[in-house]
Amino acid sequence: MSSFSVTEPSNRTKWFAGTLVILYALITMIPLVWIALTGFKSPADAISYPPKYIIGGESEAGFEPTLEGYVNLFTTRTRQTQEFLHANPPENWADEIVRQYDMVIVGPSKFGQRFLNSVIIGFGSTFLSVFLGTLAAYAFSRFKIPLADDLLFFILSTRMMPPIAVAIPIFLMYRQLGLSDTHLGMILLYTGVNISLAVWLLKSFIDGIPTEYEEAALIDGYTRFQAFYKVVLPQAATGIASTAIFCLIFAWNEYAFAVLLTTANAQTAPPFIPTIIGVGGLDWPAIAAGVTIFLLPVMIFTILLRKHLLRGITFGAVRK
Amino acid sequence: MAQIVIKNLKKEFGDFTAVRESSFTIEDGEFFMLLGPSGCGKTTTLRMIAGLELPTSGEILLDGEEISQRPPSQRDIAFVFQMFALYPHMNVRKNISYPLVSQGMPRAQVKAKVAEVAQILGIEGILDRPVGGLSGGDRQRVALGRAIVREPKAFMMDEPLGALDAEFREHMAEELRALHDRMGATTVYVTHDQLEAMQMGDKIVVMNNAVVEQFGTPQEIYDKPATMFVASFIGSPCMNFVNFNGQLGLNAHELEMLGSRFGVPQTREPFEGEMAFGVRPEHVTLSDAAPFRGEVLATEYLGTTQIVTLKTAGGEVKARIPSNQTAKTGESVGMTFDPKTVTLFDRQTGRALKSELNEGVLHG
Repeated sequence: MSSFSVTEPSNRTKWFAGTLVILYALITMIPLVWIALTGFKSPADAISYPPKYIIGGESEAGFEPTLEGYVNLFTTRTRQTQEFLHANPPENWADEIVRQYDMVIVGPSKFGQRFLNSVIIGFGSTFLSVFLGTLAAYAFSRFKIPLADDLLFFILSTRMMPPIAVAIPIFLMYRQLGLSDTHLGMILLYTGVNISLAVWLLKSFIDGIPTEYEEAALIDGYTRFQAFYKVVLPQAATGIASTAIFCLIFAWNEYAFAVLLTTANAQTAPPFIPTIIGVGGLDWPAIAAGVTIFLLPVMIFTILLRKHLLRGITFGAVRK
Repeated sequence: MAQIVIKNLKKEFGDFTAVRESSFTIEDGEFFMLLGPSGCGKTTTLRMIAGLELPTSGEILLDGEEISQRPPSQRDIAFVFQMFALYPHMNVRKNISYPLVSQGMPRAQVKAKVAEVAQILGIEGILDRPVGGLSGGDRQRVALGRAIVREPKAFMMDEPLGALDAEFREHMAEELRALHDRMGATTVYVTHDQLEAMQMGDKIVVMNNAVVEQFGTPQEIYDKPATMFVASFIGSPCMNFVNFNGQLGLNAHELEMLGSRFGVPQTREPFEGEMAFGVRPEHVTLSDAAPFRGEVLATEYLGTTQIVTLKTAGGEVKARIPSNQTAKTGESVGMTFDPKTVTLFDRQTGRALKSELNEGVLHG
């Protein structure tokens, strides 16, 4: 006879829960896997029907992996005459790949630079949001600030409308201030949008850290700032990590403002990737390659901070 | 090691007064208890001495030096928190060495110091463990270690045993007292537990509603309460109050209460009006011949003694009598009070009236 336990789930429950989780994971993973696979297909394989999804050319559903998509993503190419192609043998493996379409590589594409812009603007604004957010949250949490509740409400109110609703004033302001199409302008904009989230999230985390720790540090001979830096920050690491991930995901994926405010110098990857579509038909492998590379930084960042994120999301539910 | 003098210390949080004009002196090497119900201002007083709160007015003298407005790091006072407040991201060794590192002490010296403290507290075995997995008692020892390692002028302890199991508390209380006796450091200890205060303290300050009610040795506070609050807060069960209207002459040895005459310690001030006749349960004797009578409401068996609750004309009276003496519920019995131990109170103000017994004890 099996005994009934309130806290320990039964085997059937565990099995059911496990199946659900795996199913859900599959559903969310399939598009990502499909994108990653498409990046290694030739344009013909990418749109073939029935679809090809096995790496290796043997079977019906198999395709021969190629770096064509990635080469196309990172380069600009021109079509050449047969005479020119014969006169100039391929310079490297990438050149060789494009030769099959009678093309030669004439230079790098803008993707690398756009991607770098995304990194600078995404991580820059994340750092700034978290940095300012932590200081503000600490102040709100620990000090008696006149009208603190009203200030907090004011900070939150900046998120009460979709940011894009103020796109035109911001566009005009940025033009006036010379911030249009600059890294600084985009960093400031994303920081402005993220800061309210950062302050509110971090305030609840810091509220959860007992003040006794800082008081102990003060008594042990540290200044207020040292106590903050050496005692509060390490304990707020969880909150800081999850806040950073939320901020980065927003700044990294933001599309509308990036389209509106950036054209060349500071354009990020999201508005750039769709422009690939326009170059010589629908180059699905190149688009998929771009998306794959674009996803990587956030994925790596999230995996690195995963441990903290999990605790961060459940924070407050179970308090030690 | 140091003497701490508190002069007219006052703390207000906005409209709320947490501590009202308190004064007392903590002598060098004393184990000093701040006792009172929650919200009475005892913790605020402690935090002001440590520098975690700045007083609204008043002075704190540490060895004659005025420190009331200095930051905590410049006071050379250690603090043990109720929840221990061990740095959770550091192991035991780092927790204990943290105050030394802040002073810039060389590493070798820090190591020797930590080893010495660990040996005193018997925690050598757990020095490299993270603080998360420690038992309550070990956490308490580590918190003490962090306090004693830098040899401060005085220790502040905010209900340090409050977070421990009842069983372990007594053991830790003994350990704490032994540690204090060995080091002879001035210690200020906040508690709401009157038994703990009586057991451990050299001196006790009883606070209530932001006011110091009385300040003295445990014996003085128990035998010669200055106010009705102290008399009722200390002792279990607390002091009995028989309420009556009457008058009291100067240098009188007895008074008339509810139709009977009772001996009292020689009075030092005349009084007329509503009074309370205060007597501890162990100084009440049941005697059939006595004219002052009451009805037995209940008896409570406590092993060697029993507590008998009696209903009298002046209110309920509890008597602690040997358990072999019989007292039946519903019975009418007479009672006498030990005249040497009686304290009379002015019921309007709650203040004890001056007598031979409490002369020189009362404050304010």
